[in-house]
Amino acid sequence: MEKPVLIREDGLRHDGRKPGELRPIRMEVGVLKNSDGSAIVEYGGTKVIAAVYGPRETYPKHLILPDRAIIRCRYHMSPFSTSERKSPAPSRREIELSKVIREALEAVVFTELFPRTTIDIFIEVLQADGGTRTAGLTAASLALADAGIPMRDLVAGVAVGKVDGVLVLDIDEVEDEYGEADMPVGYAAGIDEIVLLQLNGVMTKDEVLEGIKLAKKGAEHIYKVMKETLYKKYLKALES
Amino acid sequence: MKLKILVADRQIVRPGDILAIIEDEEVESFKYLPEKHIYILKGKVYSDVIGIASISNNEVSVIPLEGTYIPRPGDLVIGVVTGIGITSWVIDIRSPYKGILNGTEVIENFNPIMHNLRDYLDVGDYILARIAAFDRSRDPILTIKGKDLGKITKGVVVEVKPSRVSRIIGKKGSMLNILTGLTHCTITVAQNGVLWISCPSDNTLNALVEAINIINRKPHMRGLTEKIKLFLMQKLERL
Repeated sequence: MEKPVLIREDGLRHDGRKPGELRPIRMEVGVLKNSDGSAIVEYGGTKVIAAVYGPRETYPKHLILPDRAIIRCRYHMSPFSTSERKSPAPSRREIELSKVIREALEAVVFTELFPRTTIDIFIEVLQADGGTRTAGLTAASLALADAGIPMRDLVAGVAVGKVDGVLVLDIDEVEDEYGEADMPVGYAAGIDEIVLLQLNGVMTKDEVLEGIKLAKKGAEHIYKVMKETLYKKYLKALES
Repeated sequence: MKLKILVADRQIVRPGDILAIIEDEEVESFKYLPEKHIYILKGKVYSDVIGIASISNNEVSVIPLEGTYIPRPGDLVIGVVTGIGITSWVIDIRSPYKGILNGTEVIENFNPIMHNLRDYLDVGDYILARIAAFDRSRDPILTIKGKDLGKITKGVVVEVKPSRVSRIIGKKGSMLNILTGLTHCTITVAQNGVLWISCPSDNTLNALVEAINIINRKPHMRGLTEKIKLFLMQKLERL
């Protein structure tokens, strides 16, 4: 396929967004009955569902840590999430993303409160349109909060990309494929901490610093939506 | 420590919400108070769970709305026997940590050679017990020495979410008074979210279980106590 026009003449992106604009965001918590906490997050065409179980007993026993809970995280893309069928077996990429999301969440969860237990996080990508790891991180953090697990702050994930030399916020599939760089950021806005930072592609030092600034701005907006989502669940319950 | 409190009493708060600002001291270091579900960072007090803020005497804490049951010494719990060892039973108390009930608790002059634990409590038996000791580094030790503690032989056991226990009891026992007063059942509320109910008739039992399920599903509803009262009166009049 030929490279599409990513930045149009009027300065807007291929889908009509401004460089610093997010896709439409939708979130809901408590969507799964059997889990302790759950959330669904949509960034435009990207749809991710997350479920949290625990803290619960650790099996197998040899994984037990005597001083804190272990967090297990499984990021998985459904076979139907992409335009071409994705093999359901965990790929190299999925194992890596499970690890970085786990480490991002370990930075905010008070695992030392529950020694010898496990917190299981399952992230399932239902539809992939770029930024699945950041949407997954957002969903997982919401699900953890919904499960009532003590944590320092919520984490909002958002990706910054460089397409045709322009820094853009929340890149989608097309921009990721044909752009020059992709930088996912996980940001705990309340305590001003970056818990996830990756970079794929080439960016100058100034661009990275500028990109982080842009990502923080985007993440702060998502963070607000997350808090509202959590609030709404209980507001609904209060009034029904 | 002087606090400038930013939230209202009984306001819903989420992880990372700032509850208060410390005015008089310069607290730079990180301090965590898990019992109150708050932590202090850079002179600000944050919540660590989704819950309801509670303010009293210029002190702020958060009552969580969700979460699993974590044992505390002195708690009343109802558990199921899930395993039998040579000197102790393993009790499932709906927590990440399983309860241990020693043979000496149940049998006088317990001797593993003389006594077979299976003859006293078998797998699947429900017991009402108290947490004797627990510090998270070892599994909680249960005791059944005390009034009314021990094997549950009659009645019905109903499970609710552990975070609903405070709602079932209500402010100063208001909800529990309605539940027991209207149905003439006896209800034992265990801290791990298990209720032991014995009722005079099956009809009152069914009405009571339905009412408890409503509380389990919609614990934060406004005027819940009144609605439960109405619901029970309607149900019981029809009988």
